[in-house]
Amino acid sequence: MRNVRAVLAVLAVMTLVVAGCSSSSTTDSGGTSPSGGPMLVDSIGKGEGTLSLVAWPGYTQKSWVDPFVTETGCKVDIKYGNTSDQMVNLMRQGGGSLYDGVSASGDATNRLIAGGDVAGIDVNKLFPEYANVMPTLQSPPHNTVGGVHYGVPYMWGPNILMFNTDVVKPAPTTWEPVFDANSPYAGKVTAYDSPIYIADAAMYLMSHQPDLGITDPYELSQSQLDAATELLKTQAALVKKYWAVYTDQIDGFESGDMVIGTAWPVNQSVIVADKKVPVSSVIPSEGVTGWADTWMMSANAPHPNCMLKWMEYTLRPDVQTQVAEYYGATPSNAGSCEQLSKDLGKDAVNYHCGDDAFLSNVYLWKTPLPDCGDSRGATCMDYNAWTQAWLNIRGG
Amino acid sequence: MRRSSAFLFRHRRLRLTATLGVPLTWMIVVYLLSILLMLATSFWRLNALTSEVERVWGLQNYRTILTQPVYRIITVRTLTMAIAVTLTDLALAFPIAYFAARVATPRTRSILLLAVVMPLWANYLIRVFAWKTMLAGGGPVEYLLGHVLGVNVSLAATNFAVWITLTYLWLPFTILPIYAALERVPGSLIEASSDLGARNFKTFRKIVMPLALPGIVAASIFAFSLSLGDYLTPTLVGKNLFLGNAIDQLVGTAQNRPLAAAIAVIPMIIIAVYLLIARAFGAFEAL
Repeated sequence: MRNVRAVLAVLAVMTLVVAGCSSSSTTDSGGTSPSGGPMLVDSIGKGEGTLSLVAWPGYTQKSWVDPFVTETGCKVDIKYGNTSDQMVNLMRQGGGSLYDGVSASGDATNRLIAGGDVAGIDVNKLFPEYANVMPTLQSPPHNTVGGVHYGVPYMWGPNILMFNTDVVKPAPTTWEPVFDANSPYAGKVTAYDSPIYIADAAMYLMSHQPDLGITDPYELSQSQLDAATELLKTQAALVKKYWAVYTDQIDGFESGDMVIGTAWPVNQSVIVADKKVPVSSVIPSEGVTGWADTWMMSANAPHPNCMLKWMEYTLRPDVQTQVAEYYGATPSNAGSCEQLSKDLGKDAVNYHCGDDAFLSNVYLWKTPLPDCGDSRGATCMDYNAWTQAWLNIRGG
Repeated sequence: MRRSSAFLFRHRRLRLTATLGVPLTWMIVVYLLSILLMLATSFWRLNALTSEVERVWGLQNYRTILTQPVYRIITVRTLTMAIAVTLTDLALAFPIAYFAARVATPRTRSILLLAVVMPLWANYLIRVFAWKTMLAGGGPVEYLLGHVLGVNVSLAATNFAVWITLTYLWLPFTILPIYAALERVPGSLIEASSDLGARNFKTFRKIVMPLALPGIVAASIFAFSLSLGDYLTPTLVGKNLFLGNAIDQLVGTAQNRPLAAAIAVIPMIIIAVYLLIARAFGAFEAL
């Protein structure tokens, strides 16, 4: 009898907990004004003394964060995010009240905007430096929706084809060595471990299978996504290991297990600095995907004024030059380019600084949405379908 | 102090509540409830547009698992790996445990047992990274195979690397239960067996093995369940996805917690079946 009572008590507690969880889910939709349109932040008040950021590793080094702390009195706490998905998760923790801002890449930004997680900002009024931002990054679709800017651009860069110059000869000019089933480097190829990498395959198919009719590697119909998935399944046999965190690739190249694959410029910089293996990189003839990162502010930021001051600070040309030289990425503020080429000499060519013609040909990461953005209407595969496709590629 | 102990002596139920209350609450709230919540989540679904979990009951996640071949491939891969690791661990652990329990002098025995548990002093991650370094291209293992045996293979990021690493990680957990079981086999039984004319092998087969079997099965539970659930080792030394990696991808990348919860039920079922079989062998008496 006593046993029965104990079981009943346990069940009752569980019911309460489940019920408690059920009722708490429908109330979080911050960031919009009562009228339905987004609320615009258009003034900066007194700093709160603290700022907590979610950032890509390498984006918030002491040499430019310390002067910011001295200047504004905002003490900076940094939580590093290793992937876009992790960053989206972090920004949603505690209803978005844990972190003030994030250096979000284009495959995270639209998710944050659609989820109401980030605040709209009147950038032209608040930040005079915004006028110097490269034309392509003034209001790109990955951070500007319905004419509202959700943050300020920081760094951008291409996903280059990096290779070990001792092994890969002659230097490649296309992405074929990483996608073609007969690649001479089978078993030593690497690829980026994220659903967004499907866009690289789609971009490859744009020039190698033009009859598929792919116009934008992020806006794929079911059949186009299937073709890209097939290509990536072929590639899986060539891949030694996928890299998710940039150090995975650095380790792989330095041990010789990887010799060719898509890379961020920062990966190449680190490997070159380590001087263990000789590497080089190219922009292949099919083109490149790339990323443009945006400092976004949480819709429920605990320290909004410090975050706005941080946005103002990171837009400055001298700060962006410093970040560019450390990280190997390109500034969004074209005013940084003069100092950059003065500091780097002929190496500055690789940065394509201020080169809007180059940037406008980079297929910048953006979250795949059902709306194709053209006459096809809402028939495109969304990010959810991309993640399922990626699991099929990686799991098979 | 004295008065309170006298009070507790007189009130048996209060004494019991005070001793067991905290661990029991922990058990029910943290452990059982979270498993039940996970089970409930596996019947809910994801709203693809908002990435929010909708608390609508249905079997759609289980249908996905059964119809999409990728989940079957991953399950079979994980199960095969767990079985391979368990068998290898048992094959390695039994001779060591037997030597320590029945052959070694007390002094050698304590040195041996110390050596067995020594790896546990280092952090789990450090041990996995050590294997990653050893198996990497140009690392010591490749060097040995290439220069001593003349075999040129790349071991980094392979299922072989995962197998070796997991086997290493769980070896102490397989040696100790087998050692405990072998140590409890009474010497008099073995002497009686040989007095009655049984040769060594027959004594081993008829006396030692049956008495040690519960310990062996208990050891296999550790190796099997730990291999089935591990996801960091495949991430660090392997390439292919195992069940834990699929769950990680679904929670982290796809934010599809309902489907991830449904996949987490797969190892639970496998372990439940395994434990039922193990109970038939009397493994729980040896734990």
